[in-house]
This record gives sequence, structure tokens and C-alpha cells, in this order.
Amino acid sequence: MNLTGAKALIKSLEYEHVDTIFGIPGGVVIPIYDELYQQDAITHYLVRHEQAAAHAADGYARATGKVGVCMATSGPGATNLVTGIATAYMDSVPMIAITGQVTTDLIGNDAFQEANITGITQPVTKHNYLLHDASEIPQTIKEAFHIASTGRPGPVLIDIPKDVQTMTAPFDYPKKVHLPGYQPTYEGHPGQIKRAAKAISEAHRPVIYVGGGVKISGASEEVRALAETILAPVTMTLMGMGTMPADHPLSLGMLGMHGTRYANYAVTESDLIIAIGARFDDRVTGKIASFAPNAKIIHIDIDPAEIGKNVRVDIPIVGDVKRVLQKLMPMLKQTRTKEWMEKVHTWKREYPLEFEVTGLRPQYVVREISRLCPDAVVCTEVGQHQMWAAQYFSHRHPRNFISSGGLGTMGYGFPASIGAKIGRPDETVFDLAGDGSFTMNCQELATAVAYDVQVKVAIFNNGYLGMVRQWQELFYDRRYSQTKLSEINFVKLADAFGAHGIRVDSASEVAPAIKEALAVPKPVIIDFRIEPEECVWPMVPAGAALNEIIDAKSGKV
Amino acid sequence: MKHTLSVLVQNKPGVLARTAGLFSRRGYNIESLTVGVTENENVSRMTIVVTGDDTVVEQVTKQLNKLIEVIKVSDLTKESYVDRELVLIKVTADGSNRGEIMQLVDVFRARIVDVAAKSLIVEVTGDEEKIVALIAMLKQFGIKEIVRTGTLALGRGPKVIQSGKD
Repeated sequence: MNLTGAKALIKSLEYEHVDTIFGIPGGVVIPIYDELYQQDAITHYLVRHEQAAAHAADGYARATGKVGVCMATSGPGATNLVTGIATAYMDSVPMIAITGQVTTDLIGNDAFQEANITGITQPVTKHNYLLHDASEIPQTIKEAFHIASTGRPGPVLIDIPKDVQTMTAPFDYPKKVHLPGYQPTYEGHPGQIKRAAKAISEAHRPVIYVGGGVKISGASEEVRALAETILAPVTMTLMGMGTMPADHPLSLGMLGMHGTRYANYAVTESDLIIAIGARFDDRVTGKIASFAPNAKIIHIDIDPAEIGKNVRVDIPIVGDVKRVLQKLMPMLKQTRTKEWMEKVHTWKREYPLEFEVTGLRPQYVVREISRLCPDAVVCTEVGQHQMWAAQYFSHRHPRNFISSGGLGTMGYGFPASIGAKIGRPDETVFDLAGDGSFTMNCQELATAVAYDVQVKVAIFNNGYLGMVRQWQELFYDRRYSQTKLSEINFVKLADAFGAHGIRVDSASEVAPAIKEALAVPKPVIIDFRIEPEECVWPMVPAGAALNEIIDAKSGKV
Repeated sequence: MKHTLSVLVQNKPGVLARTAGLFSRRGYNIESLTVGVTENENVSRMTIVVTGDDTVVEQVTKQLNKLIEVIKVSDLTKESYVDRELVLIKVTADGSNRGEIMQLVDVFRARIVDVAAKSLIVEVTGDEEKIVALIAMLKQFGIKEIVRTGTLALGRGPKVIQSGKD
């Protein structure tokens, strides 16, 4: 069977069970869009900026566990995807980005809307392809989905010149991939697992430190079972939130720069860190030399390059965390952690997360959203509100907290929430946003309204780029250089796009506004006018040790 | 410390850019990099000389292994291996010192491959020590230009680094 490249692409996507694509057409992808027009297996969502296409595909992938797909034209279309691709790369999100390219005879000539997108995205993709012939399409798509979704997942970009889309070639979808250089290790080394079991049985002060790899592997149950068997507290990175329900007695919440005091104290005093699907990011470890100074470290991760990258590791185990934990569990006995757990619980009682109750406090807003929609999928932008969302939402499900952790992309949350809602249409999806972040991709209100994607946006409006302002307050003598934002009427903005807007100025209006947002069958923006100079506490200043914590009392200048 | 890595890669366009890009992106220093096709036309071998302590080289190796088109990475430094580099050196030479240079070249088992009135080109193959020594000796005559291939290396003995199936 001979097919055009464009048709072969759509057929191949069907073979990979793709039913959703986010994108924007342009000059050199018209043949692909022409094929999309003539079929109905795949729904294409037209966004308003390519960056949003990538973030929506990312949000869709994180919410569902499936591969997210985005598409753009060559040149500016493709370069607009880059931030979204880099975001997905840093957080190991399976994504396929398809870009059009100028015709093969024009490549390298600085043609109209030409950009070397495979060159540009090389450092931020797991792999990428520039096709030269339509016959390469089925094999490439097969490989790309395999690479994106297996091992440590990540984005894969496929660049398809326009003439490759229109030429014809025989179509035969391959059943297998042949990648001699790509063979992820799934099974942990049995000897190492045994050593880990021994170290665990000898530990007195173990801490389980969980990252996003646990969600990806679907190993939340196993982590919980591990914690309960050996009676060890569990702390999570931003990417790991939801692994252990927030109200579980063994949960310590988040660690690191804005982690709980008790999590950071526990890590610092621990004699055994069991790191699972985490990568010892600088926001997590603080000053490396003081990170868990007396602890042995077991590191379980599917990516061997993460092991020993930032900290010395005593027992490395390369493998899929779920399979490794399943092998490890039967070897474990209950450990001697009673005293340790008492100490941890004392810290928890002594140093709870606290906030002021006067005025309209962002922490209170998060608590109310959490109380009224405990099972909501929560997406965030990046900044103070992101930390409040991590700290004060009572996270209960592993795939319900969606946030740009590694790259820290402002403008991520809203398009990601659209993707998440499309992936899980029956669930309540919130985007917790700052006023700065939200305006970075607020044009996507048009997308949400056009497809009736009823996401609810809670804007924590303090009129500042709040996290930068906080640093300026604490470390730059309150010189608020370029962090004050001008006033925006978000209710009118919502109205202009055909969404629903609510403004909230006081604490008493919070719950009614959330209920109204849930009741209105539309995308909704709630503009919470929070205390403008509220800070995120506690805080470990950049470069300080995890137990050098400042808070509202000690930190104010 | 210097490490010599032998890297088998799929012979595809862009592999060199991907590999070189990895080094600059992660801040690793390449001393030299050579690449050419192997006994299997679908596979190329790169010889990469990097400087760094063991942790750096371990990271380099792991990051290289993450590239989809990289089939195998071996650190030859861990075993016994042969390394060679080819260097062309253009030296200032006239009637007064040509003889002296030719003698020197003979001692190093190098060759003279071009002679002109005021210069000659020396071709030398060898390991790093030999090349450093010869260049040092030729300096007194005045070196006009140097071009080097970078190090090539193979492990000694019957053991081979195999690409598996192609």
C-alpha cells in the first residue's frame, strides 16, 4: 500500500493509539492538517500559541500516563514549542512533538520559516529525528513512541519536511523496534537489592525520599508498603507529591528549599536515605556537603546517569522502581525505628506549617480548595503559589499534582490544566496560578472556551512576581526591581473570552467563590486578591544546609 | 587524569553533533575526538580523549550511553591499549639546517613528506609521548604550522568491543 507521508503519519499515530493532538497549523504542515481534516480517529485541539500546545500535551501525559502529542509548523511554530519540550524533558514526561520543516531542497538555505529545530532541541529531547523520505515515517513513529514512553520517559521530536509529507512510499507499520543503543534496565541487580535490604535492616533512622519516578513507574502502593513495613517516614519532592497521602502518619510532606521543617530535620539526622525515583536536585538537597551527613544512601532509579551525579551513593540500584521495590519487599523485616519515629512525630507536632489568619491569605485559599475539592487534579504555574499549593493542598493521588518542577516554567499550569482536563474529562481540574504566571499563557482562555474545557483557575493575585519579590525582600534589602505588576481586571478578561470571572477580596468570600466556580459550567477564573507581601515559609536559602531554616519570625528583615 | 574512550555509534547523520553537543552542554572537556566507520558500515567508532577525575568520566560515560545512537562506550584507560596519532608539522628549514632536521626525523622514525626552499613538512605517527618529544625538538627550528588527527586507540589482545547486531 502506497501512502503520502502525511497520510502515513496519521495512520502511524493511529497505530500508536493517539486520539488527541494539540497544535497550530502553518505553511509547511498543511498536508498533515489536510489529512487530519479527513479522518475522525484523532481529535486536534487548536491552541493559540505553540508553547501551550506543548504544555497541554505535557499536562495530558502527566494526568493520564499516556504519551502527549503536539504539533507545529516550521520556524517560529517549532521554536515556540521549545520551552514546552524542555519542561517535559526536565520532568521526564513522555511526549511526541511533530514539526513541519521546509522542503528538503531548501534546508540549510535560510528559507522562509526555516529553523534547525533538531539542532535547537538536541539538548532538551530524549531523541529527535529529521526525516528525508516518506518511507522512514512508520519506523520513526514506532521508535519515537517507544523511546518517549519507556525507560526514563521524555520528549521526542520528529521534524518532517513538507515534500516528505506529500511524496508517496509503501506503508507497512512495523511490529518491533530495533535500537541496539537503547536498552533500559528494568530489573535491579539482585546483589544490590540484597545489600539494600541489609542496610535497611541495620538502620535506626531511615528516611524514604521519593521523587517523580515513583509516579511514572506507578509504584505509589509499593512505596507506601515499604514505609509501613519498615516504619520509616516518607518525604517527597515537588514531583513526588501525592505518592504518600498528606494525612498518612508516615508522610512528612515536601523536603527542600520550601519543605517542612520536620522533613528537612529528618533528612539531616537520618542514618539511611532511601532515594526512590529522585535526582537530588539542588532545590531538594540544599548545600550538598551538609545533605544527610551521617546517612548511607540507597538510590533506586531507572537512569544510571542520575546515580552519583549530585551526591555520593552507597548502594545504587538501577532499575524500574516498582520492580525493584517488589523484589526488595519480601526481604524486609520491621526495623528498630520506634525511637526515631517518636522523634519525627515530635518535630511534626513542634513545627507544623503555619500561616497568619488575618486578611486574605493564600495558604487559606489552598486549604479551602483542598477541603472543597479533595480529589481535584491540581496544576500549578511556578512561584510562590506553586509552593503554597505543594504545602497546603492535601495531596492524595499520585497523578493529581501537575507542576513544572525541573525547568520551573511560568505559564505552564494553565495550558497543562487544559490538557489534563481533556485527558480526564470527568474530574475537577484546577490551575493554581500567580497573576504573573497566568498572564504568560492567558490567551489559552480562548482554547478552553472554544472546546468547553471547564478548568477552574485560581489566581493568587498579589500584584507581584511574588517569589522574586520575596528574594528581593529577604536578600536584596527590599529593592523591588521590576517585580511590581500592573493591575489587571481578570473578571473582565474572563468575560472577554467567554469564560466566567469571580473576584474575591476577603476570606469569607473564598468558599462561596469556589462553590460558584464548581457550579458554573464554564472555564472559570477566580481572582483572589491575596496579601501582596506574603512570603513562602519555611525557607532554606539557596546554598544553605537543609537545617538552616528561616521562617516568618526569623526571616523578616 | 586523561581517559581514552572508545565509543561505538550508529553511523547516522547528526551523531557527531549530538555527541559533541553533549560534552559542551555538560561542561566536559574534550582533548580530542576522532570518528570513522568501522568493519561494519552501519557502525562508526569514536575515540574521545577527555580529562577529568573518575566521577567526571563516569558521568561522561553514562551520559554518552543515554544517547540513543550510542551503542557502546568503553574506557580503554582501564586496560592495556594502543594509541596513535598522526601529526603533520611544517618546519622552517633551509640549506643550513635541513640535514640536522632530517637526522632528527630519522631518530623519531618520522618522515619528511614535503620539501621546499624554506620549509619542510614532517609526518609523524605515534603515541602522545613521542609526538610531544618530537614537537619539542623541532621547536628550535621554528614550527610554522601543525595539524593533528587526534588520538586513535584500540584495546590490546584478542578482546574486541562489539556492536552486537547492526
